[in-house]
Amino acid sequence: MEKVAIIGVGYTKYAQNSPLTFAEMVFEATTKALEDAGITRDEVDNVVSVSSDFWDGRTISSMAISDASGAYGKDITTVEGDGTFGALYGMMRILSGSFGVSIVCAHHKGTESNMNGITNCAFDPLVERKLGLDAVSSAALQARRYMSKYGLLEEQFALVSVKNHGNAKKNPIALLPMDITVEDVMNSRKVADPLKVLDCSPVTDGACTLILAAERQAKKLTTNKKRVWMKGVGHCSDAFRLGDRDLADMRALKKAAKRAYEMAGISDPLKEIDFAEVYDAFSYMEPLWLEGLGICDDGKGCEYLERGWFNADGKFPVNVSGGRLSANPVQSAGLYAMAEAVLQLRGEAGERQLDGVETALVHGINGMCGQSHCVWVLGR
Amino acid sequence: MGKRVGIIGVGQTHHAAKRLDASGVELIAEAVSRALDDAQLTIKDIDAIVIGNMDHFENINYVDMWAVDGLGACMKPVFKVTTGGTTGTTVGACGYYHVASGLFDVVLAVGWEKNSESDTQAAISTCANPTLERDPFAGAIGPLATEYSMYMKAFGATEEDAAMVAARDRNNALRNPYAHSRQAVTVEDVLNSPMLSYPIKFLDMCPRSDGSCAVIFACEEKAKKLCPKPAWVHASVVRHDYTHFGDLEWKFMPTLERASAAAYKLAGITNPLKEFDVAELYIPASTCGVKWMDSLWFCEHGGAPALIRKGTFEMDGELPINPSGGVISTNPIGATALIRIGEAAWQIMGRAGERQVEGAKKALATGFGGCSWSDVMILGADLP
Amino acid sequence: MSDWKDDVEILVHEGKISVPYSWTVGSTLSRFYCELRDNGKIWANRCPSCGTTFVPPKIKCINCYEEPHDWVELPGTGTVETYTVVRYEEPSMHPRKAPFVYGVIKMDGADTGIVHFIGDVDPEQVKVGMRVEAVLEDEREGNILDIRHFRPLA
Repeated sequence: MEKVAIIGVGYTKYAQNSPLTFAEMVFEATTKALEDAGITRDEVDNVVSVSSDFWDGRTISSMAISDASGAYGKDITTVEGDGTFGALYGMMRILSGSFGVSIVCAHHKGTESNMNGITNCAFDPLVERKLGLDAVSSAALQARRYMSKYGLLEEQFALVSVKNHGNAKKNPIALLPMDITVEDVMNSRKVADPLKVLDCSPVTDGACTLILAAERQAKKLTTNKKRVWMKGVGHCSDAFRLGDRDLADMRALKKAAKRAYEMAGISDPLKEIDFAEVYDAFSYMEPLWLEGLGICDDGKGCEYLERGWFNADGKFPVNVSGGRLSANPVQSAGLYAMAEAVLQLRGEAGERQLDGVETALVHGINGMCGQSHCVWVLGR
Repeated sequence: MGKRVGIIGVGQTHHAAKRLDASGVELIAEAVSRALDDAQLTIKDIDAIVIGNMDHFENINYVDMWAVDGLGACMKPVFKVTTGGTTGTTVGACGYYHVASGLFDVVLAVGWEKNSESDTQAAISTCANPTLERDPFAGAIGPLATEYSMYMKAFGATEEDAAMVAARDRNNALRNPYAHSRQAVTVEDVLNSPMLSYPIKFLDMCPRSDGSCAVIFACEEKAKKLCPKPAWVHASVVRHDYTHFGDLEWKFMPTLERASAAAYKLAGITNPLKEFDVAELYIPASTCGVKWMDSLWFCEHGGAPALIRKGTFEMDGELPINPSGGVISTNPIGATALIRIGEAAWQIMGRAGERQVEGAKKALATGFGGCSWSDVMILGADLP
Repeated sequence: MSDWKDDVEILVHEGKISVPYSWTVGSTLSRFYCELRDNGKIWANRCPSCGTTFVPPKIKCINCYEEPHDWVELPGTGTVETYTVVRYEEPSMHPRKAPFVYGVIKMDGADTGIVHFIGDVDPEQVKVGMRVEAVLEDEREGNILDIRHFRPLA
């Protein structure tokens, strides 16, 4: 199969109440990504934007970033969901043979809107929406289910928060670099048991752009150092209603991961992959997703977390960027995670650079409680 | 290079002003079940799914997740694409790229809308920039009316030319059992219908409908095995150029000109009027059915009225347009452009029933959306 | 960046998308809600192919994509599979004041859970595995809030 490379990344610094409009944020991220790739807009033949009418408070919100994303006169389309799905569509369009170089851009201005109200609209207006559920309260149901299924403790989840906020101290764009302890998390304000404020990610503004290129174009346009290959990808959705699923059963993620690993030729992800950026919108999610990703056995995520496996200097570093717990621009979070993996693989991650990394795992989610997952394997 | 892709099944709901009997998810299930039946497949044969609609018409966030029951998408890959009025063609193109990429063999593309559930024009108005244009911008009709006024002045087109398009599409719908609005009308009826926004009158304008459409795309190997006469995708192209409304070109349709020119080049079309056997075009108002014919390269700028007056685009004309009755007869917005692709595919597959254009071998489908978004898909009976 | 940006006063325009909605409930859920409203009964439906019983009822089985034709009445009792005590206020969204409890209740006679409030109990006393029963409103309108909440079985 033909190969697709990420040849450029660009993003805005995470912010709250950014003075930029979301179109200006997209322009900044896209301009930086083109500079990073060392190409001009003329060398790009199509654009995939990631946009949500809900978060943007605007119908057909992607038309508002058409010019900012460099799409004038080009083939442009829009994915609604996490950026990892936008990148998947960008890759598909190149593999189809119709395009050579794609811009994939995502933006999110969480501080302009009401997160609870918007995620409440992800629930069926005919059933659960009337109950007032949202992303936070449903995540709390999942966290509790995960705890009771495997006998886990809130303190174990708190450790994720301690680790990731600590990692953020080495990431110059992170929003919440913090030196905190398990006690700090445990004593933070209760939101929806078992979740406390420090188990939750902050509302964040940010735009991120990737430049993708088919192998031939990638080799023509850039140096070897710049290229990171999209080696495998898989996505899969579970059932919609929370009660239709066992919220601690990662069957959809397992299926998505299996597909990504098969495509990338990976049989033992823990051995063959060097680090991961997973979607830790809430602390408990990190160990849960790592189980679904096959990095550890079901129910063992917290145990390995405690043993330090997922620390920056551990056996399998996870969310060295500080993760979504340190900045979570929902729609663009997955693209930021991919951009972070690209920097690590290129050896450009500054103070948080991991040694000798060749292969990365990136994960994004759609829907409530990770109904749908997109799993990427990226490599040098 | 990517794989060749064929359409092997199409399903759509019976569209109506208000489908009280079916929730959004039930409407989606209806279209999906019919597409599976049309292709003689079960949901197990589907490798991936793509869906689209417009968020603010039903106020469902993460529609791809919410619709899983109706889509049959539980434990399958699914995501959402959306681009306003062109959402249907965007969904179709996405289904096509899923398969052409080689990542999936059989893919279901679904568009839907339940316009009866909200105030369509209020929702559309929110597409305008909130700090510059939202207050003075009023829904979809105004801009279309403005562009036709300019076209009439520039090229001598008339209100009657538009009325002929409206009468053509509305009468064609009488042969389409799925169409929402099925009533015989004359050119006079159209001209005498209430003025909405000069020069657009009530019968010139599309309705808003409840409905869903599903189209199944398959790779060459599977399509040949599963379908006696697949509709092969020869080209899929999109162009879009909005910044502010004031920046748009009004006398012709630049994005449609560019999109169709690029698509014709890919499909090897040099004389579209001669080479296409049938077209299913996203004509939201009859006025567009005049002006935009120039931009599809059927004639020089300003040449459309003459073609229309000759009956070129009637069922018995040189290039029948919208045998289904088109958007003017049926408009569940997120599905509307996918219906164009589905109807065009049925024409190629020979499954268009009473509205079949005999021996159709090459078909053109388009999508249009706010603002100034143009999609073109070309289908053929022969392998591309 | 040019330095005029350091001095400019940044404005914010407040706005709200106010579009009215009326959602068609559809045949399947209408039947569920009519039974609830008129007869005070909680009905589920069952897939003829795999036998899975769904509450709230489904238009299509999520495993087989068959129509779950068979309807069954549930006793209204169940077991708390998971829960959360919500402690933040969102008055335009929450039908009751915090703190209150959401739970996923695995209903007896069904294979799926239903999300609802757990009430008539001190929030701190709710436990996973607790047996509960549905409490219905006296005046019912044909929506999910016709079930007031689930309460611990005596």
